[in-house]
Amino acid sequence: MTSPFTRTVELEVNGAPCARTINVRRHLADFLRHDLGLTGTHVGCEHGVCGACTVLVDGQSIRSCLMLAVQAHGKQVTTIEGLAPSPGVLHPLQAALHKHHGLQCGFCTPGMLTTLVELLNTVRNPSADEVRIAISGNICRCTGYEGIVAAALEAAEVIAASKEASK
Amino acid sequence: MKPPAFGYHDPQTVSAAVHLLASLPNARVLAGGQSLMPMLNMRVVLPDHLIDLNGVAEMSGVSIREGLLVIGAMTRQRDIEFSDSVMAHCPILPEALLQVGHRQTRNRGTVGGSLCHLDPSAELPCLAAVMDAVIETASPRGRRQITFADFASSYMTTSLDPDEIATQAQFPLWPQGHGYAFLEFARRHGDFALASAAVLMTTDAQGRISRIAVALSGVGPAPVRMQEAEQGLLGQVGGADLFAQAAKTCASLEPQDDIHAPAAYRKRLAGVMMRRALEKAYGRAARQ
Repeated sequence: MTSPFTRTVELEVNGAPCARTINVRRHLADFLRHDLGLTGTHVGCEHGVCGACTVLVDGQSIRSCLMLAVQAHGKQVTTIEGLAPSPGVLHPLQAALHKHHGLQCGFCTPGMLTTLVELLNTVRNPSADEVRIAISGNICRCTGYEGIVAAALEAAEVIAASKEASK
Repeated sequence: MKPPAFGYHDPQTVSAAVHLLASLPNARVLAGGQSLMPMLNMRVVLPDHLIDLNGVAEMSGVSIREGLLVIGAMTRQRDIEFSDSVMAHCPILPEALLQVGHRQTRNRGTVGGSLCHLDPSAELPCLAAVMDAVIETASPRGRRQITFADFASSYMTTSLDPDEIATQAQFPLWPQGHGYAFLEFARRHGDFALASAAVLMTTDAQGRISRIAVALSGVGPAPVRMQEAEQGLLGQVGGADLFAQAAKTCASLEPQDDIHAPAAYRKRLAGVMMRRALEKAYGRAARQ
């Protein structure tokens, strides 16, 4: 341990290990954006209300403005940049959001997607109500939620069908 | 909207955490961070040192022993929500937790953090009130137990000493077959409730209420036990008239006006939540 004001953190971000020495007051969202250049994670309200900065930590959705980067030491973080399986191939949720016009300005989209990834990983065939409750902590101010809900329901079907096919 | 500069400490044991809290000037304890982190970002809290309890493994976990549900203070709210043993023994907890914030906040937020933050509208303090929870704490003077009634001193204020941390909450279990309900009204899902009601009860073979506990929150500086209503309900056969009569005891509440709702509205809403929670709990209670 060095000074109580700086720390070296080692973690895995989108499958790649990384290490940085940072100021301990750096929250995870700023760490991702400024230290790693992963600007896909958006910072909206910065006090845990809007959901735009949602990322996955060890597979669970969390608000990255309410977690210090030092607390991510030793953890696996997945951001919007880590959802697509390979360059040029969209995650089923991304494809469905595109198809259903589930985004307009795109500011809330990374948080919507990471939140919904956790839902679809844990609930096989969610109802529209379950989708709405899942994204109740993510605020969209332009597109509205209809297309996002439709996209989540379709992506759930696509994921279930691909799991069925790979059996 | 960035946290102020602070020294960061991540003890691995309760005794190390308590030692740090007692020795560092102007130190704050960080649990799940779903209340303290916004306060840091907005700089309404300016600690010189932050003591992060997330590495203290002994403060996390759920167990059932001697009629008590024991929940470590650092247990995540999501872990209560998905716990089979909590669902089997204490179903009011998951029912209420589904209304605490959102998935993203429950994944980080802790039971102890919410109890110590003691927001007057929060669900967990209301549960602690209705269940007569006991909070176990640690300080340089050792461990002690505080009943929730004594723990919840006032508006967002606990009776913890400055060098003391809550380590676990003990919830006395109700018998199998008890009725339960947690109802709240919030403008949007996951918002702090304008008023909420928690009810636990048992009934006998004739449908008479043999034991009852009612707590409300959002209507005062801390959760309120409705003792007058409880006394009026005990021994009675449940029904719409009885529950409507019991809800009238909300007239004695003294909520404050605020930007979310005027006091009169909160008071009326509390009565409605209480009546509906009584009906729901009564319907769920086994006649035994």
